[in-house]
Amino acid sequence: MELHTLTIDQARQHLADKKISSVELTQAFLDRIFAHDERIGAFITVDADLAISQAKAADARISAGRQATFTGIPVALKDLLCTKGVKTTCASKILDNFVPQYDATVVEKLKSEDAVLIGKTNLDEFAMGSSTENSSIKLTRNPWNTDHVPGGSSGGSAAAVAAGFCSGALGTDTGGSIRQPASHCGVVGLKPTYGRVSRYGLVSYGSSLDQIGPITRDVTDAAMMMNLICGNDPKDSTSARNEVPDFSAGLDLFRKEGLKGMVAGIPKEFSNVEGIDPEVAAMFDSAKNILTDLGVEIREVSLPHTEYVVAAYYIIAPCEASANLARFDGVRFGFRDHSADDLIDMYKRTKSTGFGLEVQRRIIIGTYALSAGYYDAYYGRASQVRALIMQDFDKAFDTCDIILSPVAPTPAFRIGENTEDPLTMYLTDIFTLSANMAGVPGISVPAALSGKGLPIGIQMMAKRFDELSLIRAGFGFEQSVGAATGFKAAFPEL
Amino acid sequence: MKISKDEVEKIAHLARLDIDDDLKETLSEQLSHILDYIDTLKNVNVDGVTPASGAAFMNNVLREDTAHESPGPDVTLANAPERDDDFYTVPRVVK
Repeated sequence: MELHTLTIDQARQHLADKKISSVELTQAFLDRIFAHDERIGAFITVDADLAISQAKAADARISAGRQATFTGIPVALKDLLCTKGVKTTCASKILDNFVPQYDATVVEKLKSEDAVLIGKTNLDEFAMGSSTENSSIKLTRNPWNTDHVPGGSSGGSAAAVAAGFCSGALGTDTGGSIRQPASHCGVVGLKPTYGRVSRYGLVSYGSSLDQIGPITRDVTDAAMMMNLICGNDPKDSTSARNEVPDFSAGLDLFRKEGLKGMVAGIPKEFSNVEGIDPEVAAMFDSAKNILTDLGVEIREVSLPHTEYVVAAYYIIAPCEASANLARFDGVRFGFRDHSADDLIDMYKRTKSTGFGLEVQRRIIIGTYALSAGYYDAYYGRASQVRALIMQDFDKAFDTCDIILSPVAPTPAFRIGENTEDPLTMYLTDIFTLSANMAGVPGISVPAALSGKGLPIGIQMMAKRFDELSLIRAGFGFEQSVGAATGFKAAFPEL
Repeated sequence: MKISKDEVEKIAHLARLDIDDDLKETLSEQLSHILDYIDTLKNVNVDGVTPASGAAFMNNVLREDTAHESPGPDVTLANAPERDDDFYTVPRVVK
């Protein structure tokens, strides 16, 4: 049995049946990481001894008859999630020696079930980017074609799952940072509703947009991970008090009723988006047919403010970032430049040595947009446009259950291809940003391989707190796409 | 909207960033380009629209005011780049 190919659900079953141990499973992943990750670059930190000791504890727990869903399952964490005693860098030089003194709530939840925390994954510095090229630590390559980016910002987590380095991973999504790398790496990524998952211990980028979510091999695993990580947390005042359903019920719903009665909306404004790759367009057409065959009614809907989403986002996110990142001033944690002899100079040299270019660029944009005389024109107006975007979604969801779109206009681009002009890179986020602006959940499910062998995903969005519809429809699509198009979500050759 | 090099310098100071001359030039060009794009927001009619401050729809999230044990200085200061006993240290502020 090739242990690295097991999904979370399969591994859990094999652990329960005593066919494998967590130590064997963990070791199999570690072996693959040590054999291949020098080339892929998915991980920033792997502590093999710690992982094995966690696996031993998990095996003891299983032997004692106390197995929980994630007991002994090796999970990778985006290096933006605080792990007590384990370095958390945010892929930034400013935090390259930072060792958190507490666990993020999601990490606590994984530990409460004795999951194995196999490593911390690479990202665009502070999650600012769409390709993981903005990491100040290392480059991550797409496991399907190492000349291409894995997407971002959770590129390390998506590459790790795709390459078979872990059973599943957690990422974070501020403007598409779970869904887009999942699409580019041929795995499933789910951004929950804003507030579904506690952000406590997630290093903030855009606090009104950030959300933690699963990156997994399939929709079944995504549902299982959602069951673990969702729920109100007194430590995060924005975490929702809504009841958390059993997300696996979405799978059963498909098994019992298929997708009959579901309505999928396609925003007519999305057809105006320029630069859609023909293979992405072909994937989208065949996805519509697959869903239609499953009983979904396809209907045109309208999101009238689509053309303003990127502009509004690239005001709001940098404004929030400029406030959030002010804390990295060399006083309480992280890097400090010791060459300055006055306080203001110490702040300046610390930040400009510690932060990479894209981070400084966004801090400058945010500071500018919030500065005296510009606040109303930029942040104020962008927040009003955000309200209109939210209303667009509310109206669209009056007539449909899910909204369908591509995840990204093209498959993963080549390393270095889009780094010259920041605006070109920002514009590639067109399909994913609006979910964060409106706070609605979205899922990316593998749908096709391009002629060059690069994965292409499809995105589904649903109304706030209706992840069940995404899991139901995503699972239905996943079960049917192979028979319809011959596409099979396999492992890339490493 | 053209952002001059001087403006970049002013904003960098507000943000406590130390940006060299070459980068000021680059950022002045890139920011002007980005802000031109962002100016499309002026085409949206936002009359009377209440700004959305976020995507959480809760007000006054309160908790009981109960005392908890403090983590203590060794935990709190564990990552301090410089400390003196139980205090963070910074370069002299008052000359």
